[in-house]
Amino acid sequence: MIYSAWTILKEGLTGNRGWQPVWRDPEPKAAYDVLIIGGGGHGLATAYYLAKEHGLTNIAVLEKGWIGGGNVGRNTTIIRSNYMLPGNEPFYELSLKLWDGLEQDFNYNAMVSQRGIVNLYHNDPQRDAFVRRGNTMRLAGADAELLDEEGIRKLCPFLDYDNARFPIKGGLWQPRGGTARHDAVAWTIKDGKCIGVEPSRGAIRAKKVGVSVAGSSSRVMAMAGMRLPIETHVLQAFVTEGLKPIIPGVVTFGAGHFYISQSDKGGLVFGGDIDGYNSYAQRGGLTIIEDVCESGMAIMPMIGRARVVRMWGGAMDMSMDGSPFIDKTAIDGLYFNGGWCYGGFKATPASGLCFAHLIATDTPHNTATVFRLDRFRRGAMIDEKGQGAQPNLH
Amino acid sequence: MLINHPLLGPRDASEFVYIGDATLIDRPDWQTEDADVQFHDYLYLRDNPPGEHRELWFHEQGDRSWLVVARNVTTHEV
Repeated sequence: MIYSAWTILKEGLTGNRGWQPVWRDPEPKAAYDVLIIGGGGHGLATAYYLAKEHGLTNIAVLEKGWIGGGNVGRNTTIIRSNYMLPGNEPFYELSLKLWDGLEQDFNYNAMVSQRGIVNLYHNDPQRDAFVRRGNTMRLAGADAELLDEEGIRKLCPFLDYDNARFPIKGGLWQPRGGTARHDAVAWTIKDGKCIGVEPSRGAIRAKKVGVSVAGSSSRVMAMAGMRLPIETHVLQAFVTEGLKPIIPGVVTFGAGHFYISQSDKGGLVFGGDIDGYNSYAQRGGLTIIEDVCESGMAIMPMIGRARVVRMWGGAMDMSMDGSPFIDKTAIDGLYFNGGWCYGGFKATPASGLCFAHLIATDTPHNTATVFRLDRFRRGAMIDEKGQGAQPNLH
Repeated sequence: MLINHPLLGPRDASEFVYIGDATLIDRPDWQTEDADVQFHDYLYLRDNPPGEHRELWFHEQGDRSWLVVARNVTTHEV
């Protein structure tokens, strides 16, 4: 099927009867070299890199819904690498670099838009913490720049600088951060390298099985008899009606949890904290909606005039230290990828690359050596927020 | 979401602080041989079931009591 203006015109005139399904709907084979459970962003990326980097072709991706129907179909599209801890920062920086080259790699427009991300600070200790974070990022090869109030005013003149409680004093600016089309990575992998099958269609044998089902990790791994350091929580996001371009990149509030960007269609996309209690419901409560809107009003009062047209909730793997897992399990041939908390989208390419590397070679990729399942036993937590084993606080 | 407080009746969930799985009440014995393994499992591993979940809520904005609440985490039914 070739997509062009001419086909659209032709199909429009002939009643749209000639469109072909893009995917086949095949019966699964009896055996595969590698079976990936979970056809979301990370699962598909893993299959893609298994084929591209490791030359494997006999791969199946198993998905209970439709592919790309997980959190890759419902996120706030932010890509960034402003982490601080060793192990985390190089990994997310690799991911951002992969986003850089993804469109050329795929020959598909992922709408990667590096308009920058700015984390605002409101007082002196926050500034000092951001100086440290910025320096750490630069040491890891990422970009970061500390802006004072004047710099932020140039970037975002519309913010409330004289808010009595949270005056904006400056921010940490990562120019290469930004947004990408939320589901592009799911659409690009359609060239027959991966085949969607349904688990209800009988037993499938595979030499190696990779589980990448964030949100349902505990459920799937319980079938293999494993308990995980993960709780499932709900995170909400919101989109307003389409507005003229106003927000240059991504802006985050320093005194609460609030982040906002503007989509290519003009809608303001924003979100905040998770609801804070275990939930598989994919819908959240009003308390968080109020909290997010209050935070938004605190930094940009003009948002009060915009109408929210859509909001939704997604199930998140919240891990015990706020960092993910890419690891072998105690069961031979079973590999696990999960615990992405609410930050899995930006990690999609690197997660796929590192998980594919682990499955193909049985050794962790050199940027993902720390994301081990046994790190709590060893006391090697990667706790960016310093909250301890309390998943609803990460 | 409303939580039925045994003494105060139905209260809004926002008055409470959520702690987690109710198994956190059962601390392992620190004097056993494999206490380190038991404490690792106690502190870090969770069942995280998709259906009914027994969990701890602290009534911080109320009478500061600890409740064990049985809640369905898929329907939010308490």
